[in-house]
Amino acid sequence: MVLSFLAQVEPFERPAIDWHAVAPELILLGFGALLTLLDVVFLERGRKYTSTLAGIGLLATLIPIITLAIDGQDRFLFNDAYVVDNFALIMKALFLLSGYVVVLLSTNYIAEGDYWENEYYSLLLASILGMVVMSSARDLITIFVALELLSIPAYLMATWRKRDLKSNEAGLKYYLMGVFASAIFLYGMSLLYGVTGSTILADIGEVVNEGESTSVASLGIVFVIAGFAFKVSAVPFHTWAPDTYEGAPTPVTAFLAVASKTAGFVALVQLVFVAFWGRADVYQPLLWVLAAASMTIGNLIALRQTNMVRMMAYSGVASAGYIMAPLAIAGVSGEIGDEALRAVVTYLVIYAAMNLGVFGVVMAIARKTKSAEISSYAGLFHYAPGLTTAMTIFLMALAGIPPLGGWWAKFVVFRALINADTFGGYSLAIVAAVNSVIALYYYLSVLRTMWADDAPDGDLAPLRIPPSLIGAMGLTAFATLAFGVWPRIVDTVSDVSLLGLGG
Amino acid sequence: MEIFREWGLTAAIFLPLIAVGVMMAIPRAEEGLHKMVALVTSLIVAAIGVVLLFDFDYDRAGEMQWAVEIDWIRIISAEYAVGIDGISLPLLMLTLLITPLVIIYSWDHFPEPANPKAFLMLILVLHTGMIGTFVARDLVLFFVFFEVVLLPMFFMIAVWGGPDRKYASLKFFLYTLFGSALMLVSFLALFFLAGGETFSIVGLSDAVAENGVSRTAQIWIFGGMLLGFGIKVPMFPFHTWLPDAHTQAPTQGSVILAAVLLKLGTYGFVRIAIPILPEAATVWAPWIGLLAVIGIIYGALGCLAQTDMKRLIAFSSVAHMGYVMLGISTLTDWGINAAVFGMVAHGLITGMLFFVAGSIKERYHTLEIKRLGGLLIQAPRMGWILGFITMASLGLPGLAGFWGEFPAILAAYNPANGLNETLFRTYMVVAAIGTVLAAGYLLWLLQRTAFGTPSEEFENDPEIVDAHRGEYLAWAPLLFLILLFGLAPGLIFNVTDPAVDANLSECFQADLGDGDEDFFEVGTCEREGLDVALANLGVTSTAEGE
Repeated sequence: MVLSFLAQVEPFERPAIDWHAVAPELILLGFGALLTLLDVVFLERGRKYTSTLAGIGLLATLIPIITLAIDGQDRFLFNDAYVVDNFALIMKALFLLSGYVVVLLSTNYIAEGDYWENEYYSLLLASILGMVVMSSARDLITIFVALELLSIPAYLMATWRKRDLKSNEAGLKYYLMGVFASAIFLYGMSLLYGVTGSTILADIGEVVNEGESTSVASLGIVFVIAGFAFKVSAVPFHTWAPDTYEGAPTPVTAFLAVASKTAGFVALVQLVFVAFWGRADVYQPLLWVLAAASMTIGNLIALRQTNMVRMMAYSGVASAGYIMAPLAIAGVSGEIGDEALRAVVTYLVIYAAMNLGVFGVVMAIARKTKSAEISSYAGLFHYAPGLTTAMTIFLMALAGIPPLGGWWAKFVVFRALINADTFGGYSLAIVAAVNSVIALYYYLSVLRTMWADDAPDGDLAPLRIPPSLIGAMGLTAFATLAFGVWPRIVDTVSDVSLLGLGG
Repeated sequence: MEIFREWGLTAAIFLPLIAVGVMMAIPRAEEGLHKMVALVTSLIVAAIGVVLLFDFDYDRAGEMQWAVEIDWIRIISAEYAVGIDGISLPLLMLTLLITPLVIIYSWDHFPEPANPKAFLMLILVLHTGMIGTFVARDLVLFFVFFEVVLLPMFFMIAVWGGPDRKYASLKFFLYTLFGSALMLVSFLALFFLAGGETFSIVGLSDAVAENGVSRTAQIWIFGGMLLGFGIKVPMFPFHTWLPDAHTQAPTQGSVILAAVLLKLGTYGFVRIAIPILPEAATVWAPWIGLLAVIGIIYGALGCLAQTDMKRLIAFSSVAHMGYVMLGISTLTDWGINAAVFGMVAHGLITGMLFFVAGSIKERYHTLEIKRLGGLLIQAPRMGWILGFITMASLGLPGLAGFWGEFPAILAAYNPANGLNETLFRTYMVVAAIGTVLAAGYLLWLLQRTAFGTPSEEFENDPEIVDAHRGEYLAWAPLLFLILLFGLAPGLIFNVTDPAVDANLSECFQADLGDGDEDFFEVGTCEREGLDVALANLGVTSTAEGE
């Protein structure tokens, strides 16, 4: 019986693979494997090469991405489940570069803290691999696999300071919340599959947009979006973020705040633009509420924080709101949809530079003060003027003061909202504008402490900063300035569209 | 010359920034080197200014010269567009002059907690922002430079300021930022309502004139700009940040703030708000005029109540900027010429007043007026300089201050078509009373600080010496210019007039429709009136070229 059943099954045929298109993933996988091998073969002696190797791996992965970008052709693999288009390439490049900066941030922190190094960098590469896969995933199953691939290493990394209770709390909270979110996403996914009979986003788009079996499909959409709202730490699904950020090792916090959040948004925009685009009646109000609540609540709670990392966690919640805002008007028309997508991509690119920079400075200061309390930053200007200037650049960029990068990110969001010319767009623009002012206040009070207060105990001993940390801050500061002065750089790369595929 | 025409302005804007980059690389202990780099940079920039001054075609002062246009942010059609005409030239030159003088003044007198490296870097960043604002011809570019100015000044007050510096700096920042947020919203609204094709000032002005942004929208947009620029000026009732900021700021900060930063606001009215939205300007003009005269009287009364010299000068700024705003609110050729002159004169005079106040503070360690006195005995040269500038400040004919106030008051006698004559004549009377009050508080200030005998506590204080070399070097150009512009106001009026004319006629021609001819007749009358007035005073005609 079994034999006869097997006889009926057609022999497995390997689908045609476009090796060029999957080269980035393969290279990254190769370097990840190499790191593990290095540990097995050389044991302790390999320790000092791991971070360099991880950095080289990330940069090497950029090479096929550049050749793919020059080639400029959209590639569809595995029955359209895996797509390499401009959007995917820019997001992959963003993940790799953010990852590289995180490696720079980690180098000394991990080496000096007596932590496991090989495993750390292997896990980091694995998580980035998940994000790279996510950028191309246009299929529910692929998205799910990518989500787990990027999340599970991150759960582990959050607990890396394993003798520290706070770090354990961070990891556990992140893990439980993450698994919960995955479950919600899976449930929504099963509903969508039940309605449409397909896991390919483009196919789902065709069926869902017809408007049949509305309520079940709508429920599926709501659950899927809610699942990713956890990942991007949008209110009311943000509660894990402050504790996890505070407890996790700071480079990991930077990684979660930037790369992991971006990955959530990548999945979210792919779902919204390719699969749900025609159902604006469902996702627009939902995203409106999420965006408005995230901005307002995130900023208001950030006002009360005394710890820099916790403040950045809440500022990150608010930023998630800004990034989500254009999605709340994405369904108005095709043109507005494209503009909204470009606004999201632009914001993500600029946000990565500004935010990684802030964490770089936080780490550099913590090398002396061993603290991330804002009060411990007092008088920094008098013994570390360079760091103070760097922090000023990053925080003012986040606040949106021209000519630093953030103003352009905010500008494109406002433009998309206003151009939509709907009540939703205008009202959200007003909410965002009011919030920009609130945010300015807490960024400014940090700067005021750094510039104008006296150092505690009059301790003016200078700070020594390792070269890799300087490199990380230099790169991000340069990017922050360049994006603001010459926004065309971002415009060129963020000129993407997803609507042709499904909507 | 060609290379200057193409690159001069750009070089002037960005050289200070390059110098900041260089200074970043120099260790902090090399104080002398830092001072040299900063001074040389500011002098090179000033030299570029001098070259431009000679190359400027004064017969075409109404047109943009040395114009550069480069695609900048394609997606919103924002351009890197800079250029200079008769309105921006005097203000640009003022900026190019003040910065090197401030650096010279600082040479051996850095305010606590010293750190010349950071201090000079901030001044240079400020320099870039100020130059950029005066030459920008694109609203996005203008906005960016307008904001660049904000942070260095905030830090200058917050780090080097007086005991209340934290409160003052935050107040300064939040007020200005609130204004510029509204300004940005106005710019964006204008951009979208005018078709979303350009941010260039001329382009928007044409677009508004042609396809008619609705009148209501124009009025709202102008209102936003009014708040944005008005806070910077500052106009009553948004002036409260100014006395605090001035009192707490270090001398150098006060000088730059008074001499240049306040002008960014009034310049915004003349360059952006009125030419682009002339129709809305006529609606708002009576209100602007009202706030201006309230500012004049309120500022003067405020001065009379002050016990601190710097605070007194700050309030006098509110009053003087009131005259500038009154000139602008008349919307006439005259009024605006007077306003531009007033900006330059106020920059020179009030800048100078803050310099002297700073030097007094350095010697007496206080600016409390009742503890001062006898400056003429203890430091006679400084006393005389103080006397000279208070005379200039109260508008003594023959010194620069006069030409800022007097024509502005006269202009209010005959405001532009469509404005209520009686109302403006009332303003004129009130503003004239203001000059009496100005004479009152300034002479009183002089009397209490310079005259009399030194109080006991300072009688034998060895620290109180006369002005030293650095101070003379920094002050001489200002004193000379105050006198020069007082005697030959045509030097500025001849440059500004064609530009004001071009700006005003362009916008009012398009808008006033059948009122056109009438308006220009009035315009010519006024011009003749000015000539007569000037001739009576024994000064060469200014409105028409000699």
